[in-house]
Amino acid sequence: MGQIKLNQVTKRFGEVEVIPPLDLTIEDGEFTVFVGPSGCGKSTLLRLIAGLEDITTGHIEIDGNDATNVPPAKRGLAMVFQSYALYPHMSVRKNIAFPMKMAGIDEAEQNRRIDSAAKALNLTDYLDRRPGQLSGGQRQRVAIGRAIVREPAAFLFDEPLSNLDAALRVGMRLEISELHERLKTTMIYVTHDQVEAMTMADKIVVLRAGIVEQVGSPLELYHTPRNEFVAGFIGSPKMNLIKGAEAEKHGAATIGIRPEHTDVSKTEGMWKGVVGVAEHLGSDTFIHVHETGLGDLVTVRITGDIQAKHGDTIYLTPQMDKLHKFDAQGLRIG
Amino acid sequence: MARAVTQQRKIINTAAAWGIGLLIFFPILWTILTSFKTEAQAIADPPIFLAFDWTLENYAVVMERSNYMRFLWNSVIIAGGSTLLGILVAVPAAWSMAFVPSKRTKDILLWMLSTKMLPAVGVLYPIYLIFIKLGILDTRTGLVIVLMLMNLPIIVWMLYTYFREIPGEILEAARMDGATLKEEILYVLTPMAVPGIASTLLLNFILAWNEAFWTLNLTAVNAAPLTAFIASYSSPEGLFFAKLSAASTMAIAPILILGWFSQKQLVSGLTFGAVK
Amino acid sequence: MATQHSRSAARLMMAPAVVLLLGWMLVPLIMTLMFSFKKYLPLRGGDLGWVGFENYVRFVSSSAFWPSVVATLTIVGGVLLITVVFGVLLAILLNQPMWGQGVVRILVIAPFFVMPTVSALVWKNMFMDPVNGLLAHLWKFFGATPIEWLSQASLPSIVMIVSWQWLPFATLILLTAIQSLDSEQLEAAEMDGAPPLKRFGYITLPHLGRAITVVVLIQTIFLLAVFAEIFVTTGGAFGTRTLTYLIFQRVLESQNVGLGSAGGVYAIILANIVAIFLMRAVGKNLDA
Repeated sequence: MGQIKLNQVTKRFGEVEVIPPLDLTIEDGEFTVFVGPSGCGKSTLLRLIAGLEDITTGHIEIDGNDATNVPPAKRGLAMVFQSYALYPHMSVRKNIAFPMKMAGIDEAEQNRRIDSAAKALNLTDYLDRRPGQLSGGQRQRVAIGRAIVREPAAFLFDEPLSNLDAALRVGMRLEISELHERLKTTMIYVTHDQVEAMTMADKIVVLRAGIVEQVGSPLELYHTPRNEFVAGFIGSPKMNLIKGAEAEKHGAATIGIRPEHTDVSKTEGMWKGVVGVAEHLGSDTFIHVHETGLGDLVTVRITGDIQAKHGDTIYLTPQMDKLHKFDAQGLRIG
Repeated sequence: MARAVTQQRKIINTAAAWGIGLLIFFPILWTILTSFKTEAQAIADPPIFLAFDWTLENYAVVMERSNYMRFLWNSVIIAGGSTLLGILVAVPAAWSMAFVPSKRTKDILLWMLSTKMLPAVGVLYPIYLIFIKLGILDTRTGLVIVLMLMNLPIIVWMLYTYFREIPGEILEAARMDGATLKEEILYVLTPMAVPGIASTLLLNFILAWNEAFWTLNLTAVNAAPLTAFIASYSSPEGLFFAKLSAASTMAIAPILILGWFSQKQLVSGLTFGAVK
Repeated sequence: MATQHSRSAARLMMAPAVVLLLGWMLVPLIMTLMFSFKKYLPLRGGDLGWVGFENYVRFVSSSAFWPSVVATLTIVGGVLLITVVFGVLLAILLNQPMWGQGVVRILVIAPFFVMPTVSALVWKNMFMDPVNGLLAHLWKFFGATPIEWLSQASLPSIVMIVSWQWLPFATLILLTAIQSLDSEQLEAAEMDGAPPLKRFGYITLPHLGRAITVVVLIQTIFLLAVFAEIFVTTGGAFGTRTLTYLIFQRVLESQNVGLGSAGGVYAIILANIVAIFLMRAVGKNLDA
């Protein structure tokens, strides 16, 4: 069981309010991702839940019990750190056994859980090695193993993939998702990478400056971002946000159109521009267009390959039903 | 990085470094050599470097004249005891400073160091009186306490710098894993800091071993360590070079041997943990 | 990393060290302050009552006072200068490629392990003795008149002995610092056309700033308290009476505790002045 509830939680460091009053409920079994730019307070929020930092005011409930003043060890949560935080002087086996040793679990049970975790995580052959002798991905799996054996109410992940190279990151992403499917335990996952958020989450919490900008499923956030910030943050390449006369035509202060929702033509269209850089990925082509008279550079994404090179004139037409409109405060209209 | 160094450059470097190294080491070498000479050969003009009649007589005379083993034992107890006690007090303090720093941490650390700047001589008489009152003048207990307090700031500082190298996340992981503070320090921090603690131990053992103000002024007979043993050779016995050398060699040999076996920790410790 | 819980634990764990050092500092300090305002002669009547600032006036007006301050500063300054300059040069040399680097390093470090009483005795008798000392032989070999080191050049002799003891420390710290210098920085400077001397001046030396600060700080702490070297060699004669030694003589040799304590207070003030300067420099440099 692992429902986590934050009630009017705030955090100040001295005079600085990092988290203004915040309410949030994470349901049992949910995979929740906190995402936002660096410094948005997502890691602090995770550490508040873990109990590694005191909350300034408010309450944290875990499974209906007030955990506000419960020390981290007693909250029944397991955490995987960005640096993995393995104990370098212990073998993999001892690392995984450590939380169970602290909990006073008997040795036979310890070994049973270690063996099953090692099997699930492909670590059986490495149990007697030290963390220093493992690759980054293996260390990550040890850290996860150490978390699993505690059979916690919830897992907390603090940017666990940011120290891995790109290829490994994709692999580990899948492994963590599969782990969640198998265990069905609540997971809270902090990342600054919106791709990780979109691919893994049941529920995404977008944070900026300690404020929750939007909570919702990945597709909700993609299709109906509540404000300009979420619109710009979710999706890759970024949504084009256009201000000024063009936006006023649509009765908005800002309009947004995703690169993949813009049609391209060499002969006619709504906006005329000049190709700056065309990135050919094979499956897609990203074209960065200058001199559209819309202010910023506009990016479009076209499926497949298209002939376009620097200096070509190009016409863009947004798909009207996919147009996002925002008012002067940056809030979504309609 | 890797560029061919001309053989000639390397030869010059080697010659210069060895020359200077031997020059710096020479007084020690000369003392050791002289300890095996007869008194006549020790002051021969011109000096004899190696071609003398090797003898152990000086060592026998020194052993006979004073109870070397007692001085040695006192040195071991005083240096070892004060260092271990210091580490025991310093580990928790250094943990606090390194992992729960506050605005005042740096001030406290600098204040601790500044207590080392208080001239010992300024408080010699009060300490002397306190020692008489407590009945610990000329006892090993008394010196263990004084030298522990003398070196405590350095021990705290060194441990602090070593502890700061250890990522806080690992201690947080231990906390999440259900370790109490005691378990966190015992099972995670201390094993990880073993090299640093060893260096600290070693350096402070040497500092205590060589301390020559309190050990000279607060001891007479019972607790006198090797510093006092050797000071008794100041004069006129100092004119007997061979015996002086033998006594000197006996006083510094334990540390030189210890240093030889633990070079790595020692080199790290000698920098007081201050420079990486 | 800081919850209320861990902060209170931290205070508790810091307490023993802080309390011990506070006691170690305050109790004797207060007693010294008290004695300094008394006429106190343990062997000639003991506590003879309060005398106000008389001890302070007498200590400063004694002809030995200013020379002792000068001697103290000369020893500290001289040793610092020698060890830092030669330490930098030696560290650079030891950082060059050579055969047997490890052995040379041990040779250079060795003097640090020699206890001050031994080093003072060995230098005094076996090297600086004007008749049988090795230096006397050396001088005679070149046809010069041997110097009576500890009487004719007493202060430089002490500076030399103490420098010999502390050069290893300075060298080692500076060597460690040089080794930590990113060689790419030097290569970049070389690509930019800086000759070796400029590379040293603009890159190596600034990089050593922190290490030099550490050397100066730690050595000053120990050098202000130099005692055994003087005790064993000159016994404070021939202008080698430092403030430390002067106070030692007043307290133990003339058994005038009041006067000695006043001197102790002066020494504490001097040490604090030095400490303030150092702590400022170190505080700035210690943040890394």
